[in-house]
Amino acid sequence: MADISISPTTGSLPEPAAQVRIRGYWESVWRRLRYDYVTLFCLALIILIVLSAVFAPWLTHFDPDKSSIANRLRPIGHPKYILGTDEQGRDLLTRMLWGGRISLMMGIVPVMIATVVGGLFGVVAGYYGGKVNMIIMRTMDVFFAFPSVLLAIAISGSLGGGIFNQMLTLTVVLVPPICRVAETATSQVRNMDFVDAARASGASTISIIFSHVIVNVMSPVLVYASTLVSAAILLASGLSFLGLGVQPPTADWGLMLSTLRQSIYVQPIVCAVPGLAILVTSIAFNLVSDGLRQAMDVKA
Amino acid sequence: MWIYALRRLLMTIPILLGVTIICFALVKIAPGDPIMSLLPPNASQADADRLRELYGLDKPVVVQYLIWLWQVLNGNLGTSIANNASVASEVIRAFGNTIVISVIAVVLAFILSMILGVTAAYRVGGIVDRFVTAISVFGISVPTFWLGVVLVIFFAVDLKWLPATGMGSGASASFNYFDWDDFKFAVMPIVALALPPLGIMTRTTRSTIAETLNQDFVQTLRAKGLGEHHVIMHAVRNALPQVLAMLGLQLGYLVGGSVLVETVFTWPGTGFLLNKAILTRDIPLLQGTILVLAIAFVLINLIVDLAQSLIDPRLKRG
Repeated sequence: MADISISPTTGSLPEPAAQVRIRGYWESVWRRLRYDYVTLFCLALIILIVLSAVFAPWLTHFDPDKSSIANRLRPIGHPKYILGTDEQGRDLLTRMLWGGRISLMMGIVPVMIATVVGGLFGVVAGYYGGKVNMIIMRTMDVFFAFPSVLLAIAISGSLGGGIFNQMLTLTVVLVPPICRVAETATSQVRNMDFVDAARASGASTISIIFSHVIVNVMSPVLVYASTLVSAAILLASGLSFLGLGVQPPTADWGLMLSTLRQSIYVQPIVCAVPGLAILVTSIAFNLVSDGLRQAMDVKA
Repeated sequence: MWIYALRRLLMTIPILLGVTIICFALVKIAPGDPIMSLLPPNASQADADRLRELYGLDKPVVVQYLIWLWQVLNGNLGTSIANNASVASEVIRAFGNTIVISVIAVVLAFILSMILGVTAAYRVGGIVDRFVTAISVFGISVPTFWLGVVLVIFFAVDLKWLPATGMGSGASASFNYFDWDDFKFAVMPIVALALPPLGIMTRTTRSTIAETLNQDFVQTLRAKGLGEHHVIMHAVRNALPQVLAMLGLQLGYLVGGSVLVETVFTWPGTGFLLNKAILTRDIPLLQGTILVLAIAFVLINLIVDLAQSLIDPRLKRG
């Protein structure tokens, strides 16, 4: 019990500061996260990777796309090219930084779009139930009949390469799983008393969905979406590796790995560098979403 | 049980129909007019119309779909643009080669993940658990094509122990697991394929077993003096249906998702076929391969669900 007794001497209410503070949801999440050093480290790593990609033009003075035949395949630790050069004599570090822009964008943007689209479909399906639910969810089931990599290759392979097609493909692949999570969460929420209360007090369906349902569905959906970032980065780099992403000479980690592969007998270690960036980024996103899930206490 | 099996079987039919619709749509979303690519640049409009009629492309989309579906049901997946070969026979041949490596990979991953997952779950938070968690995070996060390249760097370029690419004899029928001259080609593809399912299955096994070990019946088992070895066997028995369901799912993912690994090792399976179709923009080949793989995935899931309901009496949903 908080101290709510009226002080006998002054007869006034105690200072608000003396009351027991009830911690908000986000505050308790942060308290749990604060001691999770692995998650914090990975979060810092992600911020570092994002910043280095954003500020790529100011971090290096090399042109990422300009080749120079004289400087092909320099080893790592070369005095001028820290990470060596690729098969066309371009500075590898520069291309890694520039490539990070595309690779990170491919991990984050499609997940964001798919969260909105899939989330809305899921909420509508879960809230209305019945026929609407059946049509939406059975359509999603058909997409689940494809392993995600296969679906991505199918769509991307038909549409052809390019940034826009790649992003569209990833979004289509990510919508069904997010939709399913949102639908499950919504059908749990919609039977709760506060939704009935809102309906009884005359709130419209739209306002119930926006001010009661979405707020409660948000945290499981967001946590789930965060687990998809790493999957999206892997998927995107895989598509680029197959030549279905950005077109050369634009740098992208997956595409770099693919073009460097031909030089595997000349500079084996240099060939492994772009993939290492994919691996580190993917691990960092995976661990952060794990930590987030634990801190937010969501079962996914 | 039988009612459940029948219902599950019936549920598969609309899914399969949906799969064919998506595969049919793949040709439609491909940019460019397929007729124009077949004709010389100076062909007249009348020629184009005649060809369009010949291929049935002048009919409404629904009719086109039904005609195509009828052909598929008769085992005709069209002809490859690149070499005029029958897509069906190419896909079947490649499918066998994919099965050769993916089944071994998933079994290997399953056995290892059981061992790792159970030992980790026994002492959650211990050193073994941390080590196992690290392995599973690595497995989930690693890009398989990069892993393939790294394996080639170490074992083919540096150590020269294993061949970098290819399949040796080149046909699944004559592939012999116990002949090193055959098997050495499969070692690296199998390892690269096995790591992601190893990561996912280890994680699930660990959490399922850890959860089971916290249940009351485990305490009862210990209270009545059962040895730790037997207690763990009870927990494994309880977690088995869930782990098995995952095994099937992962096999499906491997069969469908081995494109990247097969590309790295030029393993002549379905993934390699897909890569070829993408490079040459051979849409009929792409469509046929995707269709076969997706149907395989649906059927594997069906079998797993049925097997699961057989093993786990709690799942008698019928």
